[in-house]
Amino acid sequence: MVQKNKTFKASWSYDPAPESTDHIQIKKRYDLYIDGKFVKPENRKYFETHNPANDEIIAEVALAEKEDVDKAVKAARNAFKSWSKIEPKERGKYIYRIARLIQERSKEFAVIESLDGGKPIRESRDIDIPLAANHFFYYAGWADKLAYAFPNRNPKPLGVVGQIIPWNFPLLMVAWKLAPALATGNTVVLKPAETTPLTALKLAEIIRDSGLPKGVVNIITGAGKTGAEIVNHPDIDKISFTGSTAVGKYIQKAVTGTHKKITLELGGKSANIIFEDAAIDQAVEGIIDAIFFNQGHVCCAGSRLFIQESVADVVIQKLKDRMATLIVGDPLDKNTDIGAINSKRQLKTIENYIKIGLNEGGEIYQTDCELPKKGNWCAPTLFLNLSQSHTIVQEEIFGPVLAIQTFRTIQEVIEKANNTPYGLAAGVWTQKGAKLFHLSQKLKAGVIWGNTFNKFDATSPFGGYKESGFGREGGLHGLKPYVKFE
Amino acid sequence: MSRLNINKTYKLYIGGKFPRTESSRYYPITNIKGDLIANMCLASRKDFRNAVVIARKVQESWASTSALNKGQILYRIAEILEGRKEQFIEELVLQGIRRNTAQNEVEISIDRLVYYAGWSDKYQQFFSSVNPVNSAHFNFTNLEPTGVVSIIAPENQGLLGLISVIAPAIVGGNTVIVLASENIPLSAISFAEVLNSSDVPGGVVNILTGKREELLSHMASHMDVNAIIYCGTDQKDIKTISELASNNVKRTIFHKKNDWLNNNNESPYFIEKTQEAKTTWHPVKV
Repeated sequence: MVQKNKTFKASWSYDPAPESTDHIQIKKRYDLYIDGKFVKPENRKYFETHNPANDEIIAEVALAEKEDVDKAVKAARNAFKSWSKIEPKERGKYIYRIARLIQERSKEFAVIESLDGGKPIRESRDIDIPLAANHFFYYAGWADKLAYAFPNRNPKPLGVVGQIIPWNFPLLMVAWKLAPALATGNTVVLKPAETTPLTALKLAEIIRDSGLPKGVVNIITGAGKTGAEIVNHPDIDKISFTGSTAVGKYIQKAVTGTHKKITLELGGKSANIIFEDAAIDQAVEGIIDAIFFNQGHVCCAGSRLFIQESVADVVIQKLKDRMATLIVGDPLDKNTDIGAINSKRQLKTIENYIKIGLNEGGEIYQTDCELPKKGNWCAPTLFLNLSQSHTIVQEEIFGPVLAIQTFRTIQEVIEKANNTPYGLAAGVWTQKGAKLFHLSQKLKAGVIWGNTFNKFDATSPFGGYKESGFGREGGLHGLKPYVKFE
Repeated sequence: MSRLNINKTYKLYIGGKFPRTESSRYYPITNIKGDLIANMCLASRKDFRNAVVIARKVQESWASTSALNKGQILYRIAEILEGRKEQFIEELVLQGIRRNTAQNEVEISIDRLVYYAGWSDKYQQFFSSVNPVNSAHFNFTNLEPTGVVSIIAPENQGLLGLISVIAPAIVGGNTVIVLASENIPLSAISFAEVLNSSDVPGGVVNILTGKREELLSHMASHMDVNAIIYCGTDQKDIKTISELASNNVKRTIFHKKNDWLNNNNESPYFIEKTQEAKTTWHPVKV
């Protein structure tokens, strides 16, 4: 049965502190950004994008179909001829301009990101938008230095790149993909996720204002079908995808027998490991960051928690106490810790996993926070009494649901942590240096956070082992997916 | 007085041992005149799967062998091969290769092993980075082996082709299951004897002989194989491999070149193809 925590209730509460939306301009209807202009979709179809915190319609967005994808690819192909030959220094300067324009309009972007996607304004303001600008700033500088990134190789751009963006970090993922692709001289057809298209379309305004040559970046909106049109388009040279492992496998299969290169950044079920010699209070804070950051809509979320048996009771108690203080609610409120679940569909997926967890005998704990009446919400949740074979230990939930197990020995926890088809990230909490480095070497994951979790940076390569995908985004290693060698 | 030669029985090389195929099947290799040279083992799916189990078992310890040590082991392979140079030349000649071509192939094979032996403790420095993140963390990226790798070796250049794809994979800490050239397979099994006497732990390199057509799909689809290297140009093969590889998001590497003699066919970038970049963060504030 659902147990609710009654012991840790403050006698006072926070006053609402909503971020103002006065200065935000959102049009009623957004068209496709193709060849430097906003154009109507050929079939004049549009779909709605909602605010997941109150179910209200924010805007209508064009639905790109085959003809539109064609048009965008043609524009990108055409633009490639000159963009790939432009003086690299000049290419870099355009990208610097984009970085600056994002910084100038960062508050506006943060608010729209929270409106459209449901994430807390504190996160979109302090993490998503600044990091997105940093990515452009970082890769802008690479444009005229590529020979130093690949000694003896003479790197060349691939051509037209199709990029498919997930809904969990809408603008940031656009930046992760766009910035290195442009710096290396490619042109792009990019599709944001159907539930969070607005910041990408606002970025289209910035790209237009930056004076970037027309056709270099084309942004088209739609759902899975539009994505499939991009994946299967014969005149695209590369697909870069972030999303589920199931779709990633589909894409890997779909491009067989073609010349297309691919980069896949897929799912995860990352382990977060707490040793008895960890700084416990910091570790508890780390657990919170690992699983509740961005409502748990994070591919590298620390969704499997392993606590060493000797400290399990104290860690779990402290974790419950800390969870009770988390504020779930209005994404635009600056006090909010956990915002709205991104879509009805995702909420259903999460609720279904919670049901499965209960049915399979897991012991649930949820905080008794009040959830708003309208919109999509999920209270922070943890499960105890689990073993490796439980569904919620094995499968990615992509929500604020933590699966907790305990362990005794180092060898045991390494084996348990690696016993998954995924390999995106892992966290290790210990004050012992040798133990930390031992674990960081043995864990099969592309990112290891030692005594920290969910940190990202433009200079830091990110990406997975095994079924979490291949290719890296960020840093020097993030250039390679966008070049070929002679 | 004439003396009857002792002919060698060519078997598979799995886990540091030379078993016959569990299927008891064979295929004949003949010289140009049509005389039998050897009955090669026609390896089965089961042989391949056995090899994967062993390759997986030893991968972790091979990967944690120090770079210096791995480099010395590769160098040792070159030493032993140098000592048996004449044997390998004769064997290639036996399989229909012209003598000076054979000599060239064997000598470049030895030099290629030495080349990769030298990279063992250097490629990390070339591909790794310290990343100056915009927060109080120390952050670095280094390479780790992808894991267990299936290799379909080049069909021509039965020795040099084989070594050119094995060496960069194992120097990076991977373990491999290689399907040798179908028509020039003898050198591969003789090379296994070299491996077996050069301190390469059993199971790091496993060599099968048999039919591409039969084994290719298993090598591409096995769920405990992390990457597959295919040498060849057959579009149907490439498509089959790519499709099956998606089952577990296997990394696919295709080498379409025909000639492995050229020095362009050796570079640290060949090592990088079966490596994963790992990024590690740690706070630096006390």
